[in-house]
Amino acid sequence: MNWLWSNLDLVGELMLTHLALSVPAIILSFVISVPIGWIAHRYRWSRGVLLSLCGLLYAIPSLALLIALPIVTGQRTTSPINLVIALTLYGIAVIVRTAADAFDAVEPDVRQSATAIGYSAAGRFWGVELPLAGPVLLSGLRVVIVSTVSLATIGAVIGVQSLGSLFTDGLQRGIQAEIITGIVATMVLAIGLDWASVAIGRMLMPWWRPSAAERRRTLDRVERVDAA
Amino acid sequence: MIEFRGVTKQFPDGTVAVAGVDIVVPPRKTTVFVGSSGSGKTTLLRMINRMVDPTAGQVLIDGTDVATLEPVGLRRGIGYVMQNSGLLPHRKVIDNVATVPLLRGEKKAVAHARALELLDTVGLDRSLADKYPSQLSGGQQQRVGVARGLAVDPNILLMDEPFGAVDPIVRAELQQELLRLQGELGKTVVFVTHDIDEAFLLGDQVVIMQHGGQISQAASPAEILANPADDFVADFVGANRGKRALHLTEVDGRRIVVDDDGRPAGVLAS
Ligand SMILES: Nc1ncnc2c1ncn2[C@@H]1O[C@H](COP(=O)(O)OP(=O)(O)OP(=O)(O)O)[C@@H](O)[C@H]1O
Ligand SMILES: [Mg+2]
Repeated sequence: MNWLWSNLDLVGELMLTHLALSVPAIILSFVISVPIGWIAHRYRWSRGVLLSLCGLLYAIPSLALLIALPIVTGQRTTSPINLVIALTLYGIAVIVRTAADAFDAVEPDVRQSATAIGYSAAGRFWGVELPLAGPVLLSGLRVVIVSTVSLATIGAVIGVQSLGSLFTDGLQRGIQAEIITGIVATMVLAIGLDWASVAIGRMLMPWWRPSAAERRRTLDRVERVDAA
Repeated sequence: MIEFRGVTKQFPDGTVAVAGVDIVVPPRKTTVFVGSSGSGKTTLLRMINRMVDPTAGQVLIDGTDVATLEPVGLRRGIGYVMQNSGLLPHRKVIDNVATVPLLRGEKKAVAHARALELLDTVGLDRSLADKYPSQLSGGQQQRVGVARGLAVDPNILLMDEPFGAVDPIVRAELQQELLRLQGELGKTVVFVTHDIDEAFLLGDQVVIMQHGGQISQAASPAEILANPADDFVADFVGANRGKRALHLTEVDGRRIVVDDDGRPAGVLAS
């Protein structure tokens, strides 16, 4: 506890750094996955290929990726950009299948009736399909939030500052309190972002009444990813 | 006036849903397509607003081949009501009704004011305007669907089994509402159902479809009952049996009408 009180500034600063790494990666993976998921939904033949390819990203060992990325991007190994890219790739792997499911879940009746009353293809995407895919997309986003915040700690191994630095530093110097602080702070951040995403979801989707089944499904997804 | 000229639709998988249909849908009247499941009613209806394009033949609206019209614009000018209402679940009742006027670029205030009037027209309380469709009963949702179909004051209203999913009492109520509305508005209504009673109740012209997308008979209900074109039609409308095959019998010196099972149907008015 003493360690925490005397290092509050450091922990606060690392939390911000950690946010600065995770949030862009979370947003990027969401924004990239939605169109991929839509294509996989819309063009059946592309579904298998797209989802397998994206899923395969998850199989790349993270350390290898972090060492290889600088060669591709031309950035220093310790540049946060590499980490953000890596986190984005993993985020895509986690959410893209859910994104395809989200569009599948839009009732064909509703889509047809939107077409019948005169929505253009683009108007229907923005006005009908995307909003109605929202609840399932959000459930996928929540999993990405938790997994990204947790994975971002790996940056410490290659010298990118994050809450993970508390693990490596605590390990080297044998300060248990520092390691525990790192774990708790990471969890707090993940829970905070998760909560914020639900709050934003409720604001954007006032019509949405999450059913018990939907809540259970989100939990299932979190558990499946954790187990992987 | 809507005219089908030699219209055929074969889907890519080879299914022939509509085969060589020639039919004229007169203006400001109700035409009902009736037939069993899979007889091509929906396909025929959807060729009017280009949800489906024919593989042969033409569909004309007031002499213009719809194939020459841009589909999105065409659809915005035609009312469409379907089973399970097809309302947008994420938009309030009022926004659902105002959807098409807004798509057409009308001002929101104008579109909403008109949407409220339309709720009156279809017999819904204005207090429902701010609810979401899931908060309404099936019958109420169907009424909202009809209001939405009328929102741009279209000449043509397409209705695909609009009352198929509500209970018989509500259905009877909605049918009467539609008759009342049609009496006031005089739209060109094309109505799809597989219920022959509904067809006879609502239709000025009833089009009986056979499996394979062919028309067996197109005529007024009275003509069809009096002169069924063939055995299929006679059988389909139940002219030889049940409550349509009525007989006169005498009870206590009065002549009453009974159906095929001998159940009294009424008395003969003098
Ligand atoms: N998109 C499609 N692709 C292939 N076949 C289709 C398609 N749409 C309809 N069909 C087939 O065309 C035939 C007519 O279908 P349609 O939906 O017009 O029938 P319907 O009379 O409206 O039936 P229902 O009363 O069940 O609604 C059916 O055999 C159906 O399976
Ligand atoms: Mg149908």
